[in-house]
Amino acid sequence: MPLKRPISVWSEVTPKRVYLNRRRFMAGAMLAAAAHRLIAGARLNVALKSPFSTSEPQTSLDVITHYNNFYEFGTDKAQPANLARDFKTSPWTVSVEGAVSKPRTFDLDMLMKLAPLEERIYRHRCVEGWSIVVPWIGFPLNALIKQVEPLSSAKFVAFQSSFDHRQMPQAQWAGIAFPYVEGLRIDEAVHPLTLLAVGLYGEALPNQDGAPIRLVVPWKYGFKSIKSIVKIRFVEQQPPTTWNLATPREYGFYSNVNPTVDHPRWSQAKERRLGEFFKRPTLMFNGYGDQVASLYAGMDLRKNY
Amino acid sequence: MREWISAKTTKVAVFLLALAPLAWLAAHPLGPNPVETITHATGDWTLRFLVLTLAVTPLRKLLGLPELIRYRRMLGLFAFFYGSLHFLTYLWLDKFFDTADILKDVYKRPFITAGFTGFVLLIPLAVTSTAGWILRLGGKRWRMLHRLVYVSALAGVVHYYWLVKSDVRGPLLYCALVVVLLLWRANSSLRSRTSR
Repeated sequence: MPLKRPISVWSEVTPKRVYLNRRRFMAGAMLAAAAHRLIAGARLNVALKSPFSTSEPQTSLDVITHYNNFYEFGTDKAQPANLARDFKTSPWTVSVEGAVSKPRTFDLDMLMKLAPLEERIYRHRCVEGWSIVVPWIGFPLNALIKQVEPLSSAKFVAFQSSFDHRQMPQAQWAGIAFPYVEGLRIDEAVHPLTLLAVGLYGEALPNQDGAPIRLVVPWKYGFKSIKSIVKIRFVEQQPPTTWNLATPREYGFYSNVNPTVDHPRWSQAKERRLGEFFKRPTLMFNGYGDQVASLYAGMDLRKNY
Repeated sequence: MREWISAKTTKVAVFLLALAPLAWLAAHPLGPNPVETITHATGDWTLRFLVLTLAVTPLRKLLGLPELIRYRRMLGLFAFFYGSLHFLTYLWLDKFFDTADILKDVYKRPFITAGFTGFVLLIPLAVTSTAGWILRLGGKRWRMLHRLVYVSALAGVVHYYWLVKSDVRGPLLYCALVVVLLLWRANSSLRSRTSR
């Protein structure tokens, strides 16, 4: 059951290392309190703890913010921490459109009021073979979906990231097409595990982690969890997805974490949890099989990789 | 210049400089994924030393500095040294000496096959790098054998190209360097043949 949780507990979770200077942090906190604005590092009001959270040790904020695959800001994992620093995340709107009764454009204030913010401590498994544990802050994507009332013809949800080549000059070298696009089947999108995250470690998302709002789908490889979302479109056909467009043989639409189906170039049987020396076995659906395996009943997951 | 190149102290200095990447790795924080950092660094330096080794002969001719030959063996052995560290990192920190898993990798994964080939080809070259072996094999046969370094460098480039996800700038840079150095050789051997 969700528990009421006093905000003061956050001080115990958040590591002492503060990566923003104090003045900017305080200004951000005040703004957030005043207008729910998501300034990177602003402290969030987190009302709920989630039963979906893992009790595994959380990866440090330092690692989560300095080991990022965010190709718009460079293909080296250390680059986004520097190159996304001045990324403009306010004002920000997310346009929700397509096969819905009530298409709407949400600004961040509206998004923040859709549902109480929850802490969700999720495992995050990258297709490259490493994993982390992240204390996300956000709300179920389904809370937003309910607002727009999808039509029965809506079978898939397509997501699009922000793309601005002036703010993302490194993107030209990434070797993949932008804007970054992703997609889910509608039943995956409304699944209670599927999260729209606006923060981590009790604070608004750092830019390099997909500020101001990103998707988190913990049973799929990390690249499905699209960052810095500006558009959500309900569609009838399976939408194109960035990595599948780049290398269809290697990255499928589903991309569920699956230790029995290898990436053509490397094994997916094991993973290295950042901070650990030995590799650990990768779990089917990243350990979320009890919640999501039924979504794929009867499907050949070797074909639908 | 020539005396400086031939000086013993210069050679010692180059030797120490070639160890600097290792010292840097040992002294530097290795970041969120230390094994990946070590793997990438040792792989990069293997390719760099292969390129440097292949550059010695063209530079000797182009700069008119035959003395540079004194550094070729050392640079080649450093390529083998960093290649060995790279291979050991894979065997130990990536695969934890799981032989079955390693054999499956070498067989199933083209980029591993390429990298493994590139490394294995360097072993006979490292073994026969001594003056004694040059005498034993005879200059002509020794030179033939050591042309394997061309294959090794190309295999290394292919290994790199096949492992990156989408940003191919790094592999293409090494590819261009190796191709230019090999084309220079092809061109100069063609010319010496036609002038004969």
